[in-house]
Amino acid sequence: MDTADMVHQANQIAQFFSSYSEAEAVAGIEDHLRKFWPPRMRTQLVAHLERGGEGLSSLALKASSQLR
Amino acid sequence: MIEMDLGTPPSVSSVLVTLEIDGRPVTVPAGTSVLRAAAELGVQIPKLCATDSLQAFGSCRLCLVEIAGRRGTPASCTTPVEPGMKVATQTARLAKLRRGTMELYISDHPLDCLTCAANGDCELQDMAGAVGLREVRYGYAGENHLVATKDESNPYFTFDPAKCIVCSRCVRACEETQGTFALTILGRGFDSKVSAGNMDFLDSECVSCGACVQACPTATLIEKSVIEQGQPEHAVITTCAYCGVGCTFKAEMRGNDVVRMVPFKDGKANHGHSCVKGRFAWGYTTHKERMLKPMVRAKITDAWREVSWEEAIGHAASELRRIQAQYGRDAIGGITSSRCTNEETFLVQKMIRAAFGNNNVDTCARVCHSPTGYGLKTTFGTSAGTQDFDSVDEADVILVIGANPTDAHPVFASRMKRRLRSGARLIVLDPRKIDLVETPHVRADYHLALRPGTNVAVVNALAHVIVTEGLANHAFIAERCEAADFARWREFISQPQNSPEATEAISGVPAADVRGAARLYSTGGNAAIYYGLGVTEHSQGSTMVMGMANLSMVTGNIGRRGVGVNPLRGQNNVQGACDMGSFPHEFSGYRHVSDDATRHLFEAAWGVPLEGEPGLRIPNMLDAAVEGSFRGIYVQGEDIAQSDPNTHHVTAALRNMECVIVQDLFLNETASFAHVFLPGSSFLEKDGTFTNAERRIGRVRKALPPRNGKADWEVTCALSEALGYPMPYTHPSEIMDEIARLTPTFSGVSYAKLDELGSLQWPCTENAPEGTPIMHTGGFVRGKGRFMITAFVPTDERTTARFPLILTTGRILSQYNVGAQTRRTSNVVWHDEDVLEIHPSDAENRGILDGDLVALKSRAGEISLRARVSERMQPGVVYTTFHHPATGANVVTTEFSDWATSCPEYKVTAVEVRRTVTPSEWQTHYHEEREITTRRAGD
Repeated sequence: MDTADMVHQANQIAQFFSSYSEAEAVAGIEDHLRKFWPPRMRTQLVAHLERGGEGLSSLALKASSQLR
Repeated sequence: MIEMDLGTPPSVSSVLVTLEIDGRPVTVPAGTSVLRAAAELGVQIPKLCATDSLQAFGSCRLCLVEIAGRRGTPASCTTPVEPGMKVATQTARLAKLRRGTMELYISDHPLDCLTCAANGDCELQDMAGAVGLREVRYGYAGENHLVATKDESNPYFTFDPAKCIVCSRCVRACEETQGTFALTILGRGFDSKVSAGNMDFLDSECVSCGACVQACPTATLIEKSVIEQGQPEHAVITTCAYCGVGCTFKAEMRGNDVVRMVPFKDGKANHGHSCVKGRFAWGYTTHKERMLKPMVRAKITDAWREVSWEEAIGHAASELRRIQAQYGRDAIGGITSSRCTNEETFLVQKMIRAAFGNNNVDTCARVCHSPTGYGLKTTFGTSAGTQDFDSVDEADVILVIGANPTDAHPVFASRMKRRLRSGARLIVLDPRKIDLVETPHVRADYHLALRPGTNVAVVNALAHVIVTEGLANHAFIAERCEAADFARWREFISQPQNSPEATEAISGVPAADVRGAARLYSTGGNAAIYYGLGVTEHSQGSTMVMGMANLSMVTGNIGRRGVGVNPLRGQNNVQGACDMGSFPHEFSGYRHVSDDATRHLFEAAWGVPLEGEPGLRIPNMLDAAVEGSFRGIYVQGEDIAQSDPNTHHVTAALRNMECVIVQDLFLNETASFAHVFLPGSSFLEKDGTFTNAERRIGRVRKALPPRNGKADWEVTCALSEALGYPMPYTHPSEIMDEIARLTPTFSGVSYAKLDELGSLQWPCTENAPEGTPIMHTGGFVRGKGRFMITAFVPTDERTTARFPLILTTGRILSQYNVGAQTRRTSNVVWHDEDVLEIHPSDAENRGILDGDLVALKSRAGEISLRARVSERMQPGVVYTTFHHPATGANVVTTEFSDWATSCPEYKVTAVEVRRTVTPSEWQTHYHEEREITTRRAGD
């Protein structure tokens, strides 16, 4: 998918969980990505992360790094 | 076929009364009429103005009885039973009185029984026989109404006042059953006549629900189809294929032709009522555009070529396998339909998981109620409405959020309006002044007319008032909810930014109204939430669902009758399609594909290894198609090219695919991009089940053979077999048996049980073998209820100087979804094009007059349509529908979606509107392309 759209969606998820403590938020985001994002999107997210993760919020970055 | 009419409605009293009728004892609830008590005993008292769907009226003077110790001959319909009462229903005196009354009726009635359309189904005719009418002493030459003009304006029924006996059943049905109050008795005495506001029916406020037609005891109000075809000779009980109310109908037939659809009195969702779609709009099943032969073509610019079923199925299967060989196993997928049966959707997802070998299955709930699934599962533990429809009768406060029940769920709306007329209070949270805000004898206590996109701010403000003003139900919370989650939520919701005064600037809703509504919801008795797509189709759709769940838990309005959180599902089988494992991440019964125990259960039953990772959602499939990694799709009964957002993107994706297989009744918009067309069967032509918005599983029964030769489930079986994965069912009941074996909440569900009980509300379990009308009664499905923090996040779709207005989209009463069915009926009389509703000030600022052609433009695209200047809209907000493909409403909508489920944000699109004189470029191109892509060889 379009990288900007992917980043937007990941940040939306992170924003919802940002009301919780950082540990809970990171776990919540990771769980959400694993449960609902197909492997090809997670792979794309990790690849984007490895290129620097431009545009990802700090929580989204942390949760994405758990997918490696 | 004729259902027993007991004359007056039942009494709900638990006190029993014993009396004697014609010397025989009978015991009935206190408050029962003598007429009904007699009928329950099997004693038929003649009647005309009485029917058990309406309150007693006492006007026809036929149901007279004699009661020992009382003077006169009271009407049995308006006389309640009393202990020890002795009633005589047949005496010489009564016979004489009844005959005299009938003489008067018949002296002013056409004597054309043999050629009358109601011959054989006329209560006046029956009563003439019942009272032994042999002569009319007054003759027929006196003043009468026999030359009164017939009103044939309505496309579905006629009104012939010459045959009217002014019993008021139609007027009362319009009031009591439908709640529209379009009919009245005009004039007095001999001049009394039924009138639709002194105008013809079509121009009146009549909503064509047909309740008056059903109530009429003569041929005064009668279906045109009965006039044309004659009386039906057999009936099949089935479930409506329109909205999520799931009305039960009798399909009344002559041979294999439907004569009329009559709502079934014992239908537990509709109790004998219907709307214009369910009762009348079934003509699409025999429409000339119905496709009956399979077709294939190599390219979408080729003409379609009719082929045999074998060739079409074989070609589809070989193409799907070729694509998988070339691009990988995950390069194909499929979409199940909320318009198809549970059995059909279960089979499609089974074929995709077992034969395609991936989880790339999704359903149209993706674009409507997927946030309901996420939000209610997170907070309560399962993805379903909490109540049965009957529960609304016990609601004291009704909170309607983002739903327009009178248009989209009309039969339930009638029920809701009845409860409101009898005293329940109403809060409406909606940007538009929907009809329910102010309708005859109903006025909302609060209409919170928020700006689109600010639902969460308002629901938080409501909860803020409840918590900070000490209105929370702490006993309920302590017993039923997770303490830590509540404590955290309470701290969040109490923060000043959630106060109504703070959110007023965001939502536009006055703080005082929010405070008043919150107090009413929390202190007004049983409070029930009913909501629709105005909740879900937002970037915070799932958050809003959780916000409503929070509201119900903090006030203890969950887990008993009269309360709850209730999604009003758009299509007939949205609930069922979701239940059946249509989502890419879960099997039937909402169990995640990564759960080993569940997956192993299905692997053992289906005999193949299954994928444990979530598959592609519809938007993922479309994105992947544009990129080139997704090349083939099987679409059963859906029309994503019309219904899904950002048409340019959807059609670009479809164009990029190498094998699009569409199974549908018509060459729909998606079929323009298809390579294989498999003709579908209508709900009248197959067996199965639908599950409505109250989790009620109802039978769909075959009333006639499939016109295309195969029911939809048979087509899926054939395709699966061609793919090398046979699914050898011989009847849909076997599919339901498999569903019941593999799905704990469907335990024990079978066609035999459904036939016995009429319908069942899941969960059906060992402890609740006959279903569960009210959920979460002793505890939540997840154990304890979970409060979730629902911070308001403004949508990224912002108004700008270039796009200063917000567009919301929705539906209207006479049309259904993409209109594939209703556009092919006489319902187009009410809505033959989509229009843009715009507030007078917005219109004036742009020089737009009512009826002008206007251009509607967003960053995604532009269309042209007619403007309707309307104060239903608030300034700054415009509205349209998506029923007509040539309008292309979704050309304008964008890719923004709910954070959790990817449900599109149909309700918020920044747009500009201006006058125009031409169709948009997209519309011009659409017509040209449509002509090419629907050509058939030999055309």
